[in-house]
Amino acid sequence: MNKGMAPRESEGMTPIIKTVALALAVPITVFGLYIIAHGHLTPGGGFPGGAVIATLVALFLIAFGKDIGARALNKKMFSGLETVGLVGFALLAFLGLGSSFFNNFLANSPGLFGMAIPFGPNPGFMWTAGTIPLMNLAIGLEVFAALSLIIILFFTEGEDK
Amino acid sequence: MISLPFIAVVVLIAFGLATVLFRKNMIKIVMGVSVIGSGVNLLLVSLGYRESAIAPIFTSAETTLMVLPTPQALTLTSIVISMAVTALMLALAVQIYRHYGSLSTEKRRLKE
Amino acid sequence: MKKAIKVGVLALLFAFLLASALLMHEFGKPAQTEMDNYFIARGQEETGSNNIVAAVVFDYRGLDTMGEAAVLFAAATGVFLVFRGRKKDE
Repeated sequence: MNKGMAPRESEGMTPIIKTVALALAVPITVFGLYIIAHGHLTPGGGFPGGAVIATLVALFLIAFGKDIGARALNKKMFSGLETVGLVGFALLAFLGLGSSFFNNFLANSPGLFGMAIPFGPNPGFMWTAGTIPLMNLAIGLEVFAALSLIIILFFTEGEDK
Repeated sequence: MISLPFIAVVVLIAFGLATVLFRKNMIKIVMGVSVIGSGVNLLLVSLGYRESAIAPIFTSAETTLMVLPTPQALTLTSIVISMAVTALMLALAVQIYRHYGSLSTEKRRLKE
Repeated sequence: MKKAIKVGVLALLFAFLLASALLMHEFGKPAQTEMDNYFIARGQEETGSNNIVAAVVFDYRGLDTMGEAAVLFAAATGVFLVFRGRKKDE
């Protein structure tokens, strides 16, 4: 039974793999955050960025084993993050209800993310696009939490009992 | 006029359908559904392609001739939803294996 | 017998798919482009976003994206419930 599947030993893999997993934690997180934060300027956005950060959870679960992973990665926390992302996204949509649902009320206004951009091809400016970067952040949080929750559930509950 | 990308879509969807119809293993059926989803994604992206156009992003763009953005946005939606559906189907397959002791769609027996 | 029915269904579906692929517009020349041309021409000044796909996903078709996020949420909850229901009656 269970031949060739993910490691079932609760202590995880060798110290080499654990060290490399720890060393990779920062680059993976930074790359995912970069993809989320530049969603309105370059290809990417909340969905791919959240998926990139969620791979870190899978890496930790494989490297450190199920027991440590399940203890450090709390399911309730990810469930809460998921809810925060979805509710934040809906709230941002409702805030534009002054004119219409999903109205981009921050764009081209003298506030956060309201910088006017030169139309046509431009080198790209960070503080533009109104609510779109904030929605990217909310969706990134939601996708990261949902994918992590699914991965943790398959790892901890999906074994052959 | 034969367009090769649409033929590729047809081949992908036909492979996925054949997998769903002829395989007995539930994991392979899930794989077939995923392949059908990939075919639909490829159809959406190739529907919006414009000849010698670039991705619809203005950051340091060299030309303003761009492919259609709406099919790409719908493909993004489609990818995430097919991922969610795959996760749910696999979870159900795990539970069915626990209950019947088999992943076959035909030979079902209760595990003692 | 059962296999023959399956092969017939597959052949029929394949024929329909192939016919629609051959009747499709030529690759590289989309048929209806008015809406997308509007997005490309006006999206940048209306939303301030350089990425027109992000503008479509989060602004013009934001309701779609909210449904999609809700589906993802429901899928995670569904996986949680499917794995949990077993433990209870054991």
